[in-house]
Amino acid sequence: MKNHRRLESGGRVDRSKRLNFSFNGRQYYGFEGDTLASALIANGVKVIARSFKYHRPRGIIGSGIEDPASLVELLDENASGNNLATTVILKDGLKAKSINCWPSVNFDFGSIIQYFPKLVPAGFYYKTFMWPNWHLFEPSIRKAAGLANAPQVPPKKGHFESRNAHTDVLVIGSGPAGLAASLTVAKTGVKVFLVDQNSEPGGNLLSSKLFINKQPAIAWVDDMVSELAKMDNVTHMQNSTAWAYREHNLIIVNEREVDNSSIIERSWRVRAKKVVIATGAIERALVFANNDRPGVMLASAVQTFVNRYAVKVGDNLVFFTNNDSVYSYIDDLENAGINILAIIDSRKKIPDQCLSRAKKIKVMANSILKNVNGYKQVRSINVQSLDTGKFETISCDLVAHSGGWNPAVHLHSQSRGSLKFNEKIAAFVPNKSIQNSINIGACNGTFALAEIFKETNQLMSKLSGEVKSESREDNFEVDEQHYSIEPLWSTDLSDEKEKAFFDIQNDVTYDDIQLALLEGYSNVEHVKRYTTGGMGFDQGKTGNINIIGAIAEQQGVGLDSVGTTTFRSPFTPVSFGSINGVRQGSVVLPFRHTPVTKWNLEKGAFMYEAGARWRRPGYFPKKEEGFQEAVNRECETVRYGVGVYDGSPLGKFELKGKDVGVFLDLIYTNIMSSLKPGAGRYGLMLSDDGLIFDDGVAFRIDENRWFISTSSGHSDAINQHMKKVLTFDRPDWDVKITNTTNQWNNATICGPLARQLLEKLSTNIDIDNEAFPFMTFREGMVAEIPARVIRVSFTGELSFEINVAPRNMLKLWEKIIEVGNEFKILPVGSEASHVLRVEKGFLSLGHEVDGTVDAYDLGMGWLMSKKKIDYIGKRSVNLRRGEKSKGRRELVGLLPHNPNEAIPEGAPITPKGKKVGTEGFTTACVWSVVNKRWVGLGLIEDGHSRHGEEACIRMKDRIIRAEITKPIFHDPDGKLLRS
Amino acid sequence: MLLINCPFCKERNETEFVYGGPVGVDRPDPNAVADQEWVDFLTLVPNPTGPVFEKWWHARGCGEWFVICRDTVTHEILESPDEKS
Amino acid sequence: MQNYSFFSLARNALSSHKNWQAAWRSPPLKEEYDVIIIGAGGHGLATAYYLAKEFGITNVAVLERGWLGGGNVARNTVTVRSNYLRDQSIPFYVKSVSLYEGLTKELNFNMMHSKRTMVDVVHNYPKMRDLRRRQLTMDIYNSTYEQITVEKVRQLIPALTGGGPGSRLPIIGGMVHKDAGVNRHDAVAWGYARAADSLGVEMHQKTGVTALLRASNGDIQGVETNKGVVKAKKVVVAVSGHTTTLTETAGLKLPLRTMNLTAFVSEPIKPIVDVIVNCSDLGFYFSQSDKGELVIGGAPDSAQSFRRDIKQHVFEDTVGAMLELFPSFKKLKLLRQWGGHLDITPDASPIMDETSVPGLYVTAGWWGGYKAIPAGGLTMAHHVAKNMPHPLMEAFTCNRFKNLDYILETGTTTAR
Repeated sequence: MKNHRRLESGGRVDRSKRLNFSFNGRQYYGFEGDTLASALIANGVKVIARSFKYHRPRGIIGSGIEDPASLVELLDENASGNNLATTVILKDGLKAKSINCWPSVNFDFGSIIQYFPKLVPAGFYYKTFMWPNWHLFEPSIRKAAGLANAPQVPPKKGHFESRNAHTDVLVIGSGPAGLAASLTVAKTGVKVFLVDQNSEPGGNLLSSKLFINKQPAIAWVDDMVSELAKMDNVTHMQNSTAWAYREHNLIIVNEREVDNSSIIERSWRVRAKKVVIATGAIERALVFANNDRPGVMLASAVQTFVNRYAVKVGDNLVFFTNNDSVYSYIDDLENAGINILAIIDSRKKIPDQCLSRAKKIKVMANSILKNVNGYKQVRSINVQSLDTGKFETISCDLVAHSGGWNPAVHLHSQSRGSLKFNEKIAAFVPNKSIQNSINIGACNGTFALAEIFKETNQLMSKLSGEVKSESREDNFEVDEQHYSIEPLWSTDLSDEKEKAFFDIQNDVTYDDIQLALLEGYSNVEHVKRYTTGGMGFDQGKTGNINIIGAIAEQQGVGLDSVGTTTFRSPFTPVSFGSINGVRQGSVVLPFRHTPVTKWNLEKGAFMYEAGARWRRPGYFPKKEEGFQEAVNRECETVRYGVGVYDGSPLGKFELKGKDVGVFLDLIYTNIMSSLKPGAGRYGLMLSDDGLIFDDGVAFRIDENRWFISTSSGHSDAINQHMKKVLTFDRPDWDVKITNTTNQWNNATICGPLARQLLEKLSTNIDIDNEAFPFMTFREGMVAEIPARVIRVSFTGELSFEINVAPRNMLKLWEKIIEVGNEFKILPVGSEASHVLRVEKGFLSLGHEVDGTVDAYDLGMGWLMSKKKIDYIGKRSVNLRRGEKSKGRRELVGLLPHNPNEAIPEGAPITPKGKKVGTEGFTTACVWSVVNKRWVGLGLIEDGHSRHGEEACIRMKDRIIRAEITKPIFHDPDGKLLRS
Repeated sequence: MLLINCPFCKERNETEFVYGGPVGVDRPDPNAVADQEWVDFLTLVPNPTGPVFEKWWHARGCGEWFVICRDTVTHEILESPDEKS
Repeated sequence: MQNYSFFSLARNALSSHKNWQAAWRSPPLKEEYDVIIIGAGGHGLATAYYLAKEFGITNVAVLERGWLGGGNVARNTVTVRSNYLRDQSIPFYVKSVSLYEGLTKELNFNMMHSKRTMVDVVHNYPKMRDLRRRQLTMDIYNSTYEQITVEKVRQLIPALTGGGPGSRLPIIGGMVHKDAGVNRHDAVAWGYARAADSLGVEMHQKTGVTALLRASNGDIQGVETNKGVVKAKKVVVAVSGHTTTLTETAGLKLPLRTMNLTAFVSEPIKPIVDVIVNCSDLGFYFSQSDKGELVIGGAPDSAQSFRRDIKQHVFEDTVGAMLELFPSFKKLKLLRQWGGHLDITPDASPIMDETSVPGLYVTAGWWGGYKAIPAGGLTMAHHVAKNMPHPLMEAFTCNRFKNLDYILETGTTTAR
């Protein structure tokens, strides 16, 4: 097929660069510089898509982001759901197809619904499908949901990227205002970022044939752009949409057609001291019967297609307008060979400057376009004179309409700036800015080019004064005419049988709006939600204002008091990939590793994420060994031989200063200040509302130096907590805190043979039990590595926690494994650690502490110092307990009557096993290697006084019975860990 | 994403900070107040539509805690609650 | 009340839909009512409806500062479920879910309630244990929750192609909550409003309450509005986010902090996921609406805020997590995003109670309160009408904080 609607010359397409593409399976071609829309028009394609509700044929209506209907789906490499043909840059090999139609866009089965419009008015689904049940209807309605298909796979090639930028001034829009502003500000030397959503700079000047300083406007654009390009302080990006205006002048920009071909899209987070919004204006539609027929277009789009893309959209055109702008297109369109049959102008009095431009054309003042005839394309229109009431039919293939212009206030509004209604241009314009931003040009309601330059000059000199003292004055001489408008929110459609659309994508008609208002959905938000007007892909860029106008007219108030619906980000739809940037795979939420992680992986450990993003070994299965066998083997090794685990993730802090003792007394529930150097204690930390926050150990190094260790998952929170207390509650105390979590790694050897192993490793520390008792630490050499060895135990067995610098950790670990070989040492994972601590009844924050229990409930009341007058949480624990010590859930052991029956962790305990509110739950249950049976821990009401009684664990359809015991199943006197 | 002026590190992105809640009353002497006053201290926080003093921790920076005054409606960070925006 | 049905629609079609009645009247504001409800959001409207329907109290005015149904009921992610942790919470939400299921017929307004099933996608063992605990407790209350394998998760969510073995976020299994569903949020507000109106309740939009008024004995006696003083001996505050602003005018301080929660939707696409997908470890969840948009909820902003704003970094985290599991969404487009504010209590459970100001009732602290609208409305109406709390709401008092008796439900919102 040839480009039979392409003009022979002119436009900004490169006729030497032919690009082949396919649409709905047919082959076409266009040129470099085309959009898919202009190329389709050049090839005479009229029906692009089907609408959402009625499946009516949809053609191209606009020429850019404002188009409400020309949705296509892109296929293959560029697969992407809904795209406006008017914004798809034509590429060689591009494949696209129509959306929302079956079997084809030209014969769409779904369009049958349009013959029963009376049965599907706005909100019909709220009134029907209730009997017998919505569930019966939903599946078939759901099939009709959505427009395009979503891509089934991620892009095969390339990646997304995100960048941060800081700038003094961000200018959004490279139309006349934006370019002039950028240059003015850039000349003061400050950093300028200029972004624009179009493929080329110039904004509206690309579509017009105006003259600036007696040269074609486009030449002026080129001058400006090349001048900006010479300046180091200017970053200028096209194909870059500022789509979100966040707090503190953070603007998010989506850049496409990136200079690096491996980058699909790039996201910029631009933080600007000042934002200059120069986003132009968007032409709005008029509402008349069948205003959705292919061939009914926005007037500015017709001009753009002719001037910028050199395509002749139609042969015989009728204008319908309520403002001056269409009159300035006459020459351009006639030069392109378009026959202008009439201008229907709803105004009684048309300005002379307009009439003088339309001398040879039939101008019908005070007239209304009543109806469009034709289905898949315009055949003719009916026009009515409001003076005489008479109708006339005009045959034509193109209707170009203009309802006036809306300043693109989206970003201003997103920034929380307020709006006001400007009667002169019948549009909402920016009122007050909340953030440091200004609006210039058409988005500020200033439409005439000369005035835009004047305003830009004024505001920019002021701004330049703010950012730097020098500035310059530019004078521009332009030939553009003045703009005036008389609003026409809707033509009189009260007795019209054909549909007239406010929202062309979602098929929201005049009748729908009237019905919503009739039924009391009177607020603009109600109308939007009831009719779905403005909720489509275009978010109502051309149509919403007419809905607001219609509401105002019906309610007899001004548009100001109706107000707008909220302008939300994004300004235009933006891909999730670009928002996310490079963060994927291992960097999406990076793991934390220890020097032993790699060793663990090599040994076939089953690794998983533990708290605070640590990646830890769960267990080390041998070949063909299951979970339980592996865990049992590791547990038995610790109980009867010696095992080793990597305790590096434990939180570790060093505290220095003369007030550390009292500080620890404040943050722990027990007394730490009485510790002698070299000794330590286990302690609990509470939050001030009395909830258990962490458990850990504190050791004194010397008079003023201490270290503490905390659970791995809470170390950041504890760091935060300690510094918060010191900053705000005890600013006078002399305590310095250093987080040494990543400075100390440790390998903990545990089990009855631990001392023999340590001896074999060779150490200069006297490790005799009397010289180095439980809950003390010593510094010295272990396996020729400087180490701090601590006698703590989380397993109940004799343990030595050997702390070394990370650079020595792997060396130590490998040495332990090597030397430990003769003791049949095994590495121990988190699962075995869990079993070992349950056997001992040691606390695990993630299991036993669920926000309802305190230390007394856990049988740890001995940790709650009575001597100290205050520590964090003390008052609250006492207050919460009050007089009522009954009915609290207390920690107990659970021995299932059947020793071979496990109780699922988390299983509820109910009185007598009835299906009623719970009296507790199972916090943990493990196979005990020392008892050769399942043992559990649980929290149960008044548990401390119920030892020996039966607990009923209520499962869905059965009861597991267990004996309530003390929560300890191994070495109750703690002889082993002190041995 | 706020731009927070850390008194030690100057303006940094909010992602470097951890929010620490509004500044309420000072922690009373727990042995000198009635239950109600203690509970109020724990549970009642200022919740104004407008400027509020709040604590932030420069977790991924200098590690210090500090207080800023921020408008909960505009999110502006103010020198003082009286500052007109 | 005008009946809505296919037949009434067909009948009205004959008169070109010119004879429909307004869904609710706009009567003049009276000087006094039996009960004033502040806030025509979900909870306010439901309370008004049940006051009239269940307890015969019809001299009720709902006062709304903006537009009816414009609160959080207009800006949530429509997820209705009952998979809670605590004994105090589960039966309340079970009741709410069952009321939702009958609401379309009760109000003669199609909420399009769709029992879509929620699937929790789980990545770590502590989370799985936590959800299993929930399941075992919920079994007692006959609410459905069931553990499923990775294969079953992928079968229910075909678009879930990420999270394989060896990936950063390998899926270890899932949970299925068959009671969960989604519906049309606007319809919930409008349905309650219309039904309440037909029973005599008055809706007053653009009627902002500026202060609560107390009599000399301390009892509530009415409210001051932009349209003058309106009297009532009972006033219910149902103004999510702005609760403290209002109650402080009566000298009442409540343990609430206002925060911002956001959501977003994708472009409309043909159906790709039928269930509600919840990835609580990663902080996002979504379902696909009957319009084809993916409705996605994410993590809250931690700081106090009355600005319905999007935190870019929080939003990016949510999107990043989503793409890790659903890599084919990379070229899917964001269409619209928004925020809403809500107030949160120290234990993340709501307050539904008469306050220390006699006659002043508060329903607040809702965090995921959309699912609670029917049960919240019913129990508040019970409390107001009978001067005593409904058994299902008993735990959610103001006074629980006096003894620091928390009902900790942190971690039970759909995301985190």
